[in-house]
Amino acid sequence: MNNASPTRDDSGRASLWTPSPREVQRQVARKAINRKKILIATTSSVLVLGALASLIVTSPGWQVVKETFFDWSYGSEVLGAISKGLVVNVRLTIIASILIGIFAMTLALLRTSRSAALTPFRFLATAYVDIFRGIPLLLVILLIGFGVPALRIDGLTNSVLILGTAAVVLTYSAYVAEVLRSGILSIHPSQRAAARSLGLTSSQTMRHVVLPQAVKRVVPPLLNDLVALLKDTGLVSILGVTDAVRAAQIASSRTFNYTPYVIAAILFLLITIPLTRYTDRVLAKSIKRQNAQGSA
Amino acid sequence: MNVLEVKNLRKCFDEHLVLDDLSLTVPDHTATVLIGASGSGKSTLLRCVNLLDSIDDGSIFLDGREISDPGIDVDEVRRSLGMVFQSFNLFPHMSVLDNITLAPIRVHKIAKTQARDEAMTLLRRFDLADKADQFPDRLSGGQQQRVAIIRSIAVKPRLLLLDEITSSLDPVLVNEVLSIVRDLKTEGMAMVLATHEMGFATQVADEVCFLKNGKIIERGPASQVISAPQHVDTQDFLQRVHEAGRL
Repeated sequence: MNNASPTRDDSGRASLWTPSPREVQRQVARKAINRKKILIATTSSVLVLGALASLIVTSPGWQVVKETFFDWSYGSEVLGAISKGLVVNVRLTIIASILIGIFAMTLALLRTSRSAALTPFRFLATAYVDIFRGIPLLLVILLIGFGVPALRIDGLTNSVLILGTAAVVLTYSAYVAEVLRSGILSIHPSQRAAARSLGLTSSQTMRHVVLPQAVKRVVPPLLNDLVALLKDTGLVSILGVTDAVRAAQIASSRTFNYTPYVIAAILFLLITIPLTRYTDRVLAKSIKRQNAQGSA
Repeated sequence: MNVLEVKNLRKCFDEHLVLDDLSLTVPDHTATVLIGASGSGKSTLLRCVNLLDSIDDGSIFLDGREISDPGIDVDEVRRSLGMVFQSFNLFPHMSVLDNITLAPIRVHKIAKTQARDEAMTLLRRFDLADKADQFPDRLSGGQQQRVAIIRSIAVKPRLLLLDEITSSLDPVLVNEVLSIVRDLKTEGMAMVLATHEMGFATQVADEVCFLKNGKIIERGPASQVISAPQHVDTQDFLQRVHEAGRL
């Protein structure tokens, strides 16, 4: 907003003193300006959204689309099956995010360490991140899901659910490792110097001084990745896992009605929108905190 | 007995010689004050002594032991050195008490309750007991720097290194920080400090060293170096400090 005068709480100040006639005048003027702004915003919203809606509703194919995509009676019929599928997505997301957290932290620590003994691991971690950040997730799922069972190693699972999860974990660990690493590198060297000057070893410095600050700083991007992860778990449906996407696919192929896809999309949104709003709030808070620190 | 001995120290950044054949001796229980313009090498000297910066020639001895040996355990050396920085560098995610007890607990393996008791004793002594559970961002600059000093002496160092500890403070907050240093000096803590506060330097210094271009140009008691400087560079520097109203 390019509001020239900062927002103020006129009521709170009124008790401290009696506003001068000039201030009363200003308040009246500000209210008039605000009313005008609200009017403009409402009119433009109604016009734009109305135009969009009428464009869709008056299109030649709308009647057919309405029947095949928005058949709510069929939708409520398949809601149970799709919700059950969504439970699979949610469970997979929870398990995967725990594994990703551990694996990604290991990768990030290896990449930022300077220890001579860890040199080969540092090299491997870098190569790993480069490779898995560069391959589409769908390809990794297909390669692991069909490749690992083909090896026919005894004792190795053939469960598509586990293999699908593994593929998601492998790819997302590379993303999350980079987020964590950027957090670690963003901590000012003076913090490290202060810790080392107290006699803390480099690993103690990392554990007690650098990491707690780094992780806190990257919480917003990590929450972003969590939303993306939940959506991407839908990709394991390609292996035949009966998640929400697969359940919708089954339901729609039975009747050639696409409403189940819309239902699945709405169910995903019911989780991702609150999560995204929450992420925005955390981000706003962290920006506010950093700005406060800067001015202190 | 000398706590610190620096012999013929040289340090360069790229082609630039920051410390040039510099030697310095700090006897136990004494304060050595480094003065000089910004970029004269004061901070670099302190960072080299604390092994935060590597050196390019010469040697450094702490309590008679050479610490500039490449094989030395730097963590062990730093256990007997305290350092306070211009920008405080408190850990923002820890309370004041946790900032102070981190090293005693993790490095010196002192029991948690004992470390807390000792920290509280220090905080009470310097009128900061009510801030023990606060986080650094709730404190004024002067309070933060006092906490940083307490943090560095909580591990009972042999030598305290103070790097322009009042340079980023409001003028009205400078004295509360300097009075702690005065107290520590009275107790006999050995220290090396870089400062622009000439009045303070005169009060605490056993020896004042004027640095220029990485060399000690003039050294001696404050009554000589600050009050009656012999060298033309020292005179020039003090004249400029005087013109800036800082003497």
